[in-house]
Amino acid sequence: MIDAFLSVWNIVPESLQWLILTMLKIVAIVAPLMLSVAYLTFAERKIIGYIQVRTGPNRVGPKGWLQPIADAVKLIFKEIVIPNGANKFLFIIGPILAIAPALAAWAVIPFNEYWILADVNAGLLYVLALTSVGVYGVIIAGWASNSQYAFLGAMRTAAQIISYEIAMGFALVGVLVASGSLNLREIVLAQEGGVLHWFWLPLFPLFVIYFISGVAETNRAPFDVSEGESEIVAGFHVEYSGMAFAIFFLAEYANMILIAALTAIMFCGGWLSPFSGVPVIGEPSLFWLLAKISFFLFLFLWFRATFPRYRYDQIMRLGWKVFIPITIVWILVVGLAVVYQLPWWFD
Amino acid sequence: MFKYFNSLFLWELLKGLRLTSRYLFKKKFTILYPENKAPQSPRFRGLHALRRYSNGEERCISCKLCEAVCPALAITIEGTTRDDGSRRTSKYEIDLFKCIYCGFCEESCPVDSIVLTRIYEYHFEERGSHIMTKDRLLEIGEKHENEIAADRTQDAPYR
Repeated sequence: MIDAFLSVWNIVPESLQWLILTMLKIVAIVAPLMLSVAYLTFAERKIIGYIQVRTGPNRVGPKGWLQPIADAVKLIFKEIVIPNGANKFLFIIGPILAIAPALAAWAVIPFNEYWILADVNAGLLYVLALTSVGVYGVIIAGWASNSQYAFLGAMRTAAQIISYEIAMGFALVGVLVASGSLNLREIVLAQEGGVLHWFWLPLFPLFVIYFISGVAETNRAPFDVSEGESEIVAGFHVEYSGMAFAIFFLAEYANMILIAALTAIMFCGGWLSPFSGVPVIGEPSLFWLLAKISFFLFLFLWFRATFPRYRYDQIMRLGWKVFIPITIVWILVVGLAVVYQLPWWFD
Repeated sequence: MFKYFNSLFLWELLKGLRLTSRYLFKKKFTILYPENKAPQSPRFRGLHALRRYSNGEERCISCKLCEAVCPALAITIEGTTRDDGSRRTSKYEIDLFKCIYCGFCEESCPVDSIVLTRIYEYHFEERGSHIMTKDRLLEIGEKHENEIAADRTQDAPYR
């Protein structure tokens, strides 16, 4: 069986082999990602339900475990309504532009030391670039809908994402300075040696700011003014229905997982174990990365269940007048510490 | 100055997070509806019924007080004199789409004929079936007489 397969495989030209392998790798990343998105929505409804002293969805399938499947099936069979005054081309391209970067950024995420789709030496820049491109989907969707609410939502998102992008970028500069590399694998390897050697400790302000900016980047509560259902209905995606809406939904949740993964990689040692040196549990493995991602995703949901939405000017003030100055100051601190080999963690 | 440090270190936000995290583990209030149901008062106002006396005679004497008191004009009554000379309804209809379940009809009824039962799980499958005819109302009354009577007895001291 395997011999037969191998003989067929060897007939295939080398360039095609490479293509097929890459495609398989992409599927191996995107399929579990989509599944986690589905179950992240379920987890969100359950956790927020529990915090509000309700039980959350528990009817579809055992304990409600088939709820996300039911939701997906429902959305697939719904009609995609395109408003009369909408720009049809941009209206359709909007959700595609929103989800493409959310998926593409996973190419450089290292799952462990060897499992990386593309071991790019400027992975950090690639991630920064792609997470910024995500905003175009939202702006285009909001503009193409030809609706006031959608347009307001798009404007807010644009301003907000651009503001927080800066703080986020600065926070990553701190990581870059501390690790001396733009490659995500090397950034993780630079944090080797247990929980106290991870970057969250020396870069603590940057860590907090990065994660909060990440929440703002993904338009999640308490920074969800772009959706703001209480004032502008659903913001940029009011006019979307069916699968087109579902794509935005997928993009938002894929972005959440991405931000959680990036935070884990940049500041919490990626796949490294917090108990380095201890036998068995001290081994670096994919499990640790998944555990860290789950923890940060839980924080996303916890924030949403806890905080009321920021007012628009408060968001802007927080971004420009608090986060950016703090990050700049801390980059200086980190820079000095690295140059003069100051504290014990920059050895 | 203290205020700035307070907000810089996210103190209040952390306090909020602590509060919600405690709620995460609290016992849930949700009643899993079809399996468990919320408790009902004997004064519960659900679907209507017309009652009969224990000898099988219908109580309603076509006085039309309920029709008059109904704030939603949901009740339509036509009365006739029966062969034995007593006044009875020939038509007694309640439009359940108009009814607001205020219970005034029951309060106004001098013979405890029209009552609101505990039944709240019902639906209509055909156009027009939202109008409860006299026959259907009497049928409900017959079917649930024990429960209706018990509830009235329990509430009697407060009437």
